Amino acid sequence: MATAEGNPMSDSSQRRLRVLLGHLKPRAAQATSTSEHKAPASPSIPRKRQELLKWNGWGYNDSKFTFNKKGQAEFTGKRYKLSGMVLPSLREWMEKTFGASLDQKTTSRASLNASDAPPAILNEGFIQDIKAMGIPFSHDVEDRVFRAHGHCLHEMFTLREGMFKRIPDIIVWPQCHEDVVRIVDLACKHNVCIIPFGGGTSVSNALECPEDEKRTIVSLDTSQMNRILWIDEKNLTAHVESGITGQDLERQLGESGYCTGHEPDSMEFSTLGGWVATRASGMKKNIYGNIEDLVVHLKVVTPKGVVEKSCQGPRMSTGPDIYHFIMGSEGTLGVVTEVTIKIRPLPEYQKYGSVVFPNFEQGVACLREVAKQRCAPASIRLMDNAQFQFGHALKPQVASIFTSFLDGLKKFYITKFKGFDPNRLCVATLLFEGDREKVLQHEKQVYDIAAKFGGLAAGEDNGQRGYMLTFVIAYLRDLGMDYYVIGESFETSVPWDRVLDLCRNVKERIVRECKERGVQFPPLSTCRVTQTYDAGACVYFYFAFNYRGISDPVHVYEEIEFAAREEILANGGSLSHHHGVGKLRKQWLKDSISDVGIGMLRSVKNFVDPNNIFGNRNLL
Amino acid sequence: MTAAMGSPYAQREIKNKKRDVFEDILEERRQSSDLRYAMKCYSPVIYRNLVPCKPSVLKTMVLHSDQLQYVIKQISLESGETCDVIQDQAAEILDEMGQNLNLAAIRMFALTLSKIFKTLFQKVCVNEEGIQRLAQAIHEHPVVLLPSHRSYIDFLMMSYVLYTYDLALPVIAAGMDFMSMKIVGELLRMSGAFFMRRTFRGNKLYWAVFAEYVKTMLRNGYAPVEFFVEGQRSRTCKTINPKFGLLSVIMEPFFKGEVFDTYLVPISISYERVLEESLYAYELLGVPKPKESTSGLLKARKILSENFGSIHVFFGKPMSLRSLASGKLNRSQYNLIPRYLSQKPSEDIQRFISDVAYKVELHQIANMVLSPGALIAAILLQNFPSLSYNVLVDKTMWLKELTEAFGGYLEWPDNMSASKVVRSSLDLHSNITKLIDGEVFLFDNNTNGVLTEELVFSRGVSVLMCAAYRNQMVNIYARPALVVLAMKMAQSSKSEDVYKMFDFLRNLFSKEFIFFPGFEKKDFEEGCFLLSKCDVIQGNPHEMVLMEKGSSTTVFLLKMFHPFFEGYQLAFRHLVEDMTRKWTEKQYISTVRSFVTQCIIDGTTTCYEALSSDIQKNALASFVHLGLLKVNKLEGQITFTVNETNIEDFAGKLGLQVPTKKLPVARL
Repeated sequence: MATAEGNPMSDSSQRRLRVLLGHLKPRAAQATSTSEHKAPASPSIPRKRQELLKWNGWGYNDSKFTFNKKGQAEFTGKRYKLSGMVLPSLREWMEKTFGASLDQKTTSRASLNASDAPPAILNEGFIQDIKAMGIPFSHDVEDRVFRAHGHCLHEMFTLREGMFKRIPDIIVWPQCHEDVVRIVDLACKHNVCIIPFGGGTSVSNALECPEDEKRTIVSLDTSQMNRILWIDEKNLTAHVESGITGQDLERQLGESGYCTGHEPDSMEFSTLGGWVATRASGMKKNIYGNIEDLVVHLKVVTPKGVVEKSCQGPRMSTGPDIYHFIMGSEGTLGVVTEVTIKIRPLPEYQKYGSVVFPNFEQGVACLREVAKQRCAPASIRLMDNAQFQFGHALKPQVASIFTSFLDGLKKFYITKFKGFDPNRLCVATLLFEGDREKVLQHEKQVYDIAAKFGGLAAGEDNGQRGYMLTFVIAYLRDLGMDYYVIGESFETSVPWDRVLDLCRNVKERIVRECKERGVQFPPLSTCRVTQTYDAGACVYFYFAFNYRGISDPVHVYEEIEFAAREEILANGGSLSHHHGVGKLRKQWLKDSISDVGIGMLRSVKNFVDPNNIFGNRNLL
Repeated sequence: MTAAMGSPYAQREIKNKKRDVFEDILEERRQSSDLRYAMKCYSPVIYRNLVPCKPSVLKTMVLHSDQLQYVIKQISLESGETCDVIQDQAAEILDEMGQNLNLAAIRMFALTLSKIFKTLFQKVCVNEEGIQRLAQAIHEHPVVLLPSHRSYIDFLMMSYVLYTYDLALPVIAAGMDFMSMKIVGELLRMSGAFFMRRTFRGNKLYWAVFAEYVKTMLRNGYAPVEFFVEGQRSRTCKTINPKFGLLSVIMEPFFKGEVFDTYLVPISISYERVLEESLYAYELLGVPKPKESTSGLLKARKILSENFGSIHVFFGKPMSLRSLASGKLNRSQYNLIPRYLSQKPSEDIQRFISDVAYKVELHQIANMVLSPGALIAAILLQNFPSLSYNVLVDKTMWLKELTEAFGGYLEWPDNMSASKVVRSSLDLHSNITKLIDGEVFLFDNNTNGVLTEELVFSRGVSVLMCAAYRNQMVNIYARPALVVLAMKMAQSSKSEDVYKMFDFLRNLFSKEFIFFPGFEKKDFEEGCFLLSKCDVIQGNPHEMVLMEKGSSTTVFLLKMFHPFFEGYQLAFRHLVEDMTRKWTEKQYISTVRSFVTQCIIDGTTTCYEALSSDIQKNALASFVHLGLLKVNKLEGQITFTVNETNIEDFAGKLGLQVPTKKLPVARL
C-alpha cells in the first residue's frame, strides 16, 4: 500500500487520494474523472448492505481479526494496511490485560434466524402509495434487522445472541430530494413513523426502534441519494446529496482535486446527512472545521415542509441560525436531503509524526500550549500509557532483523538513555497538511513546543500507525467478544484545566465500578485526548473487561458506562462532544441544557412534527 | 439525609459485632532498646500516586498556585500595595505556618516520647486492625486523620503510633500557641506540625495561604493531613460540637474533582486519666489558662512521677468521601467558574459538610474506650459528699452492665475482682477521691463551717474534674436519658407529648451533646429502643410508661443529666433577672458564675457543675439558637439581649416562672 511520500509519479489528485485512503483500499482510483457530476458514481456500500458488511459486527465481511493455527493473531482481507499481517504480540496482550484465554471462546450464532424477528406491522395504504410512486422498498427480514441498530455494545450482543424487540417494518430507498418529500407526505397522510438511516454507525442508541411504537416504522435509507450535484470552484463549495458516505465523498471530490477534509473515524460508512444530524466532528477539524463550520446550506424535509435558507451567504445575522436546529436534531425533525458543504483544494503535502512524552501530564501540557499558540496540526492526539501499550500489541511482525534492531535501539534510547518509564510514557500522534514548506515549518514549531515539555520526536511510522489503528480498533471489539471481552468507547469535551483530573477520575471510576460489580480482572480503562480547542479538549475513553463469571454482562457494562458518564459530568465534562445524545444519554440532557432549554427544543419539535412522524425518540 | 448517610449511631451496630483487638505498643518498648527503635529502618506506606517532594518545594507550589496568585492580585487591587509586597507577606505567613517534616527530628521524638510515655502511662493500646485499614487507605487515596481532642498528648501520640507501625507521618494543623514555645515549636514543626492562628477571620491572605497549603498537601498525597474536628481540646472531656472550616477545605479537592477520593478516618483517643485534668477544671472556673511556654513544660516535669493509666487509640474505619457524597451532591456546580476562585459553599454542600462532621464525631464517640473510672465518677457525682466503698463497688458493677447495654465500649481488666478494679481506679484518681474508713469522698465535707466562696471554688474544682470522667460517657446516655427526662416533664404519657418534650430537650441541649442534624425521630427511637431493651419503659405507639423494674435506672439517668438541666435553669434565671440588660459573653459568664456561687452559698442549689463556663457558654448559644436571646452586633462587639416574646412559654417548659411584675416598675 502506497503512502503519501511513496509515489512521486502520481499527479497531485491521485496522490491526495492515496493519502486520504492510505488505510483503505483505493477502489475507484482509475474511475474517469468528469466534470459532469450528475452521473451517479457507484457507491462503495451496496443497497443490500449485508452483502458487503457484517450483519453482527463492525465493517466489511472480509476484514476481521482471527487467531491462526499457530495461535497468532492476524487481520484478514486486503482493505487495510494491516490486512494480511500477523500480529505476534496481540495474543499476549489480551491474555495479560484481560486474563482472556484462547480456550475460553464464545461464538455468535452463525446467521440471522428470520423467524426470530418480530413480524412487520404493515400499513397497507402507505405501501400501496409507495408502490404507486415507484420508490424501491423492502420488508425482507435481513434488511429490516440491519437497520434496527447502530453499533452500541448491547446492540452487537443482541445480534450475536438474541433479537431486538422492535425493528423497522419496511425499508424505503428514495433516490433524490423529491422522493423524500413524497415519502414524508405519505407518512403524514398514513400516520406512519419514519426513522432516517444513513450509515448505521450510531453509538448512542439513536437507531433503536421504540418498543411501544404501534405504527408502521419506515426506515428511510438515504444511501441511494449519494451524488455530488455540483461543485462551485469560485466559492469552494459542493452541493451533495446527504446519503453519500465519507469515503465516496472524499474520493469523488478528490477526482476534481478537492476535499472536504471532514474525516470522522467512521468515515468509511457514515454519511453526510448523518454527520449533520449528529453534529459530527472530524479528525482534521483543526484545518477544516467541524460539521457546523463546514455546512453552508441545508435542505431538510420535515412534516411541515422543506426547511432551507434562501441564500448561501457565509454568515448571517438573521436571528438564531435555523440550521442549528437541524444539526444535532438526530432525526427527530426531518430528513436532511442535500447539503452545500465547503471544499478545499487537496493539500500538496502530508506528513505524519509522533512525539513521546515522559508522562501523560506533560503531554497534556504540551497540547494545551499548542492550542494556546493556535498552531495545532491537522490532527494531534495524545494517547495515555495503556493505549500506547495497546498500540504496541498491534505492531505487525517485522519483516527484517534490521527493523527490529532499530526498534530495539529506539526503545533503549528512550527508556534507558532518556530515563522514560515505559509504564508512564505516552505518545502523541501528529498529522500535518498543506504545502510542503509550510508543513515543514509547522512541524518544527510543534516539535519545538513538544521539546519544552520533555517530548521526543518518535518518527513518522508511529504516527501513521496510530491513525491506522483508529480504523481497525472497531474490528478488535468483535474479536474480544469472541473471548468474553466486551468494550466500548465514549467521549466528552472538557475545559483545559480539568482535562487531567477528568481523565484520571473517570479511568479510576471505571476500575472501581468493575471491582464493585464482581468483574474478576482489572478492566482496560484508557483514554486519549483527540482534539484541541482554544478553551478545552475532546477526550476519548476506551473501556473493556473480561466478563467471565458474570451472568448479565451487558447490564453490568451499562451500569459502569452510566457511572463513568456521571463521573464525566461531575468533573466538568460535557454530555457528548460528537457522538450525540440519542437515547443512551437522554436522561442527562435536561441537566445539561436546563429545563427552559428542553422546552425550547420541545416547542420546535411540536411545531415541526406535531404527530411525531419522526418518532425515533432521540434527544427529548 | 437518611439511608445513604448510613446510621451514625454506631453504638448499636458495634455492640453486636466483634470489637477490634487492642495491642499494647509500650510492651515492646519496655523490653527492647528505645534507641534502636528510634533508629529503625523507617519506610512507610505511602500514597500510590505520590510524587515525592521537599517541604520547600511544597511551599513554592503553594505560593505559585493560581488560587493564591489570584487572591494576591485581589488584595493588591483593594489595598493599593504592589503584588510583590503581598507575595512576600504570603511567603512570611507560609514560613510561620509551614511544617518541616524531617526524619532526624522524628527519630529524636520517637526516642524521647518512648521514654516519656513509658513513665507516664501503663499502656498505650492500639487496634491493629484499624492500622491495617489505615495503611490500605493511605496507599489508595489522600487521607485525613480526625482524632478526638482531649489533651496535648493527642497529636504527639498520633505521630508516635504511626511511626511505630511504619505509616506515613501526618502533617498536623496545630494551634499557634505551640509555636511560641521555643525549640519545642521548631521540633514540633519538624515532626510535621503546621500552625494556624486561632483567629484569622477576616484575614483574607492568611486564610488563602492556609487553605491552599492544606489542599496542596492533600492533593499531592504528600502525607496524611491531621486535624481536630472539635477545633480545640475539650476541657470537659465531652465531645465538642464540630467546626466546619478545615473540613470544608479538605473536602474541596474532591468536590472540584482534583482528587478521585479522600478518606476520612475518625480516631478515638481515650485517656484513663487526662494530663491536663486540673488545669481544665481551673480554666472552666475562670482561672485563665497559662500560656504555653517551654519553661512551663519543664515545670510540668513533676507530672512525670505520676501515673496516668492507659491510653486507647482506636483507628476507625476510613470513610470514603466519595461514598459519603454519592447521590447527595451534584458536583457539577463547580463546573461553571474557574477553579482558582474559591466559592462560598452552596447550601447542600454546607449541609453535607456538617453531616459528615457530625458523623465523624459520632464515630469517635462510639469507639471511645471507657475505663472503670468513668463509671465511678458518674456514681460519685450522684452521691456526694460520700458513699460507702462496698456500695460503690456494687453500683459500679451495675452501671457496667447498663453502660454495655447502651453500647458503651468498656475496657475491663479480665482477671480481677470487682473490688480490686474499683480500688485500683480510685488509686489512679487519688487526687480527686479519698477513701477513708470504707467511705469514698469526692471532697472533704466539713459541714461545721459555713460555705465560703473559696470553699465553693475548691469543691467546684473537684466536681468538675470528676465530671470530666463521667462526661466521657454522657453522649452514650444522652438519648435514653432525655427520653426519661421528657417522660417526667411531659404533660401526659402520650407518646406524642413525650416526643414533643424530647424534641424540645434535644434542641435545648444541641450544643451540649452530639446529635446528628435532622435525626430527632431517630434519636427518640434509639432512646426508646435502649430503654425498653433494659425494661425501663414499656410502650406502644400511643402511650409510654416507666416500669417499676427499671426505677433505679430511671433515677440514675435523671440524676446523671440533672446538672445539665439545672445548669441551664440557673443560666436562664440569671438572664431574666434583668431583662433590659445588654450582655457580652464575657460579662455574662462572669456574672452568672457569681450568681451560681451565691446560690450555692445560700443553699438554694448544690449544682456545682453550673459553675462551669462550658455549660454557661453552651446554654447561651442554645438560648440564641432557640430565639430567647437577640444578637446585636455593634462596632465589632457582639451583645445579647433577652427577647421577651417567647420567654414565658420557655420558662414554663423549663419549670420556672418569670418575674414579669418587676418590669413596668423598672421602666418607670
